[in-house]
Amino acid sequence: MNRFAELLDRLTYEPGRNNKLRLITGYFREVGDPDRGYALAALTGALSFKHAKPGLIRDLIAARTDPVLFGLSYDYVGDLSETVALMWPKSAIKDGSQSHNKPPPPTLTDVVTTLRTLGKTELPGQLARWLDELDETGRWALLKLVTGALRIGISARLAKTAAATLGDKDPHEIELIWPGLAPPYLDLFAWLEGRAEKPVNRDPAPFRPVMLAHAIEDSDFQSLDPADYIAEWKWDGIRVQAVAGRDDRGHITVRLYSRTGEDITGSFPDLVPSLHLPGAVDGELLVVRDGRVQSFNVLQQRLNRKVVSPKLIKDFPIHLRAYDLLGDDENDLRELPFAERRERLETFIKKLGDVRIDLSPTVPFESWDALTAARADPASAGAGEDAEAVEGVMLKRRDAPYLPGRPKGQWWKWKRDPHIIDAVLMYAQRGHGKRSSYYSDYTFGVWTQGNDGDELVPVGKAYFGFTDEELLEIDRFVRRNTTEKFGPVRHVVHEPDKGLVLEVAFEGLQRSPRHKSGVAMRFPRISRLRWDKPPREADRLETLERMLKAEAVEIEA
Amino acid sequence: MTTMRPQDILLPTAAGLCCKPGGFHIDPIRPVERAVITHGHSDHARAGHGAVLATQETLDMMRLRYGENFAGTTQAIRYGEEIRLGGVTVKFHPAGHVLGSAQIAVTCKDTCIVASGDYKDAPDPTCTPFELVPCDVFITEATFGLPVFRHGDAADEVKKLLASVALFPERAHLVGAYSLGKAQRVIALLRGAGYDAPIYLHGAMETITHYYQSRGIALGELRPVKGTKKADLAGTITLAPPSATSDIWTRRFPDPVTAFASGWMRVRARARQGGVELPLVISDHADWDGLTATIAATGAGEIWVTHGQEDALVHWCKTKGLQAQPLDLVGYGDEEESETPIAGEAEA
Repeated sequence: MNRFAELLDRLTYEPGRNNKLRLITGYFREVGDPDRGYALAALTGALSFKHAKPGLIRDLIAARTDPVLFGLSYDYVGDLSETVALMWPKSAIKDGSQSHNKPPPPTLTDVVTTLRTLGKTELPGQLARWLDELDETGRWALLKLVTGALRIGISARLAKTAAATLGDKDPHEIELIWPGLAPPYLDLFAWLEGRAEKPVNRDPAPFRPVMLAHAIEDSDFQSLDPADYIAEWKWDGIRVQAVAGRDDRGHITVRLYSRTGEDITGSFPDLVPSLHLPGAVDGELLVVRDGRVQSFNVLQQRLNRKVVSPKLIKDFPIHLRAYDLLGDDENDLRELPFAERRERLETFIKKLGDVRIDLSPTVPFESWDALTAARADPASAGAGEDAEAVEGVMLKRRDAPYLPGRPKGQWWKWKRDPHIIDAVLMYAQRGHGKRSSYYSDYTFGVWTQGNDGDELVPVGKAYFGFTDEELLEIDRFVRRNTTEKFGPVRHVVHEPDKGLVLEVAFEGLQRSPRHKSGVAMRFPRISRLRWDKPPREADRLETLERMLKAEAVEIEA
Repeated sequence: MTTMRPQDILLPTAAGLCCKPGGFHIDPIRPVERAVITHGHSDHARAGHGAVLATQETLDMMRLRYGENFAGTTQAIRYGEEIRLGGVTVKFHPAGHVLGSAQIAVTCKDTCIVASGDYKDAPDPTCTPFELVPCDVFITEATFGLPVFRHGDAADEVKKLLASVALFPERAHLVGAYSLGKAQRVIALLRGAGYDAPIYLHGAMETITHYYQSRGIALGELRPVKGTKKADLAGTITLAPPSATSDIWTRRFPDPVTAFASGWMRVRARARQGGVELPLVISDHADWDGLTATIAATGAGEIWVTHGQEDALVHWCKTKGLQAQPLDLVGYGDEEESETPIAGEAEA
């Protein structure tokens, strides 16, 4: 447990993805079975046991420490688990001459397997014994684990990738077999270390690694022939894989996976009955009301919900818009060319005959100019009333097989131009990791009418979109034009004639009571530095409010 | 002979802790006629006093920081040596905080007060170990005066650093450490753990570190960062003042891992605030267990608590039946946040 705690501890401070990977892979290499398997389970969220309530932890510490000292400490530290981990008294047997008698600290395996079967009344005693045996970091990790508050900022995907690295395998391979695996994953590690065959996925509805598109650049078109490609709308929803398969007894199992292979079926129970034929559909999850696709803002109401109420299901009816068929009953179609899969998909959707699942239409075009026109005006190019939910077009080679990852030249995404405003840099904050010596997080604002004339109001924050060279330029500007410093934050000069104008691109707007300006941007990034523009010529809040009105109509509809 | 009240011997004043019968101040924050100084950190050892009594090391450090004329006259005193000043005797005992650091025992008639300055009871290869001095009144610091501060073995923290260097051989490891004491201790701990590669120093570290070496502290091969090529810093360890680790200066290192050696690293929020990626819990102050064990062992019936988390420590003393009060001394801080570099060292 102490070694696992050390890993978690290090991961919480490490900002870089690749470095996180190295840390996790290093752990898998160093630590044996079954501990590393339970660690993989903990990191991928695959552990399940009944969590301890904070009250239980409070009772444990209250019985062992002075309440005044606990109060002062908790005040200072600000986190219950951490406070308890740090001030937990050393047990008597740990001290002095009797130290050779102390029980060894529990392993992660001990903790996980014990918690699974432990009765509620036995939990406090067991927890106290473990806390006696572990060190500060071990106690912290244990308390985070048992209270279900293990948030260390890594995705299940990253943990699986780290495991794949151990055996020099493609993470897609792990995703493929993952649904059939269970902690502590002895068979997986045996395969990764070359000691056994690859485990077979017996899951009747397995995930297939998804195929992704490259963003197309203007220069790419010259080398592409329109006749080789099929175009579709790019929907502003959630990419999903809907899989139905028969188990040994002939019953249908249905699963919805996110693009990273996460099982999200539980969040969309209303879609499950519609998937009544065995097959694997690649498509977009959308909210459709009265036959009309709603914006991403509306769909967001359905995302990351633990409890899905009947009202939510009724108010935000979920819909699957299909664009590819990877499996048809027992048949794996991924080797077939896209044009052929598309035909099979059309038949499949017809056979399903369900209102919740429809076909993503193709966009006919003869030339790139024609497609450019369609992209600029989806409403009159076939998307009709759904045009607002179109965020661009997809180009797929007719002869492309379904390949995992982002293969070159097969699929292209051509997004609609983002919304753009000119905003003024107001505050800058130092970044993390590689960027810790750079002011790389920027808060920007637009003009609005204040009590004393025009003033800037912050409307968003962005920390990417610029090149490394531009970062250097902005950093220099920030350092030379700081008006005040607050810890890692600098106030940067922002007056009508002094300051830096940033062109900010973003995907959408939402009303937000948490922001002073009342609006929040989706996916904002710095698209250009406008050294040429005086701040007084930057945009006004009214511009954003107009955009907001256009979007709000849809939410209320 | 009547017993004097402790406050007749030592009394907090605006200039610092004043000993009227002895005619001196301990670690005064304003210029005074006669100063007795516990150790060389800049919040305790200031320039401009008429006469200064301190250990040779402390006097040397003041000279390095403030120049030759930092005081009217100076007098060096050894650990265990006793000096009569006015109506009191003054005796210096090792405090285990940094090289030359001392606790000052002031005895007047039959009352002994120990002003311990900053101290730690944990092992440190770069200075004389802390000595327990029985007394009637013990003046303790409270920098880490909360029971959440338990610092563990510094050698384990250095192992963490070395494990990270092994895992990321293409990156540079930058260790933020206070330049007087902490940096040299970290280097000595690295050597103790068997690390024998050259260790790199930020310019502001050089003078004081070379002084440590001149006093016979073995620190192995040290090199200035200045003038070293970026690529050559891969896989190396560099010691730098904490403020430099988030500075433009770090851009000369290949993908640096930012570590920070400090007792504050025990608390996650504190470590995160500073953007630290590898917190190392290494402290030159006594932790909670050290403070409480020391207080109990001095046998003092009265405890005065200064700079830090006074409330918790005063409360603890009272639950143990000891008289205790916070001593409101201003001007002493967490040196990690307030220390100015040794004079003559520009950013390099």
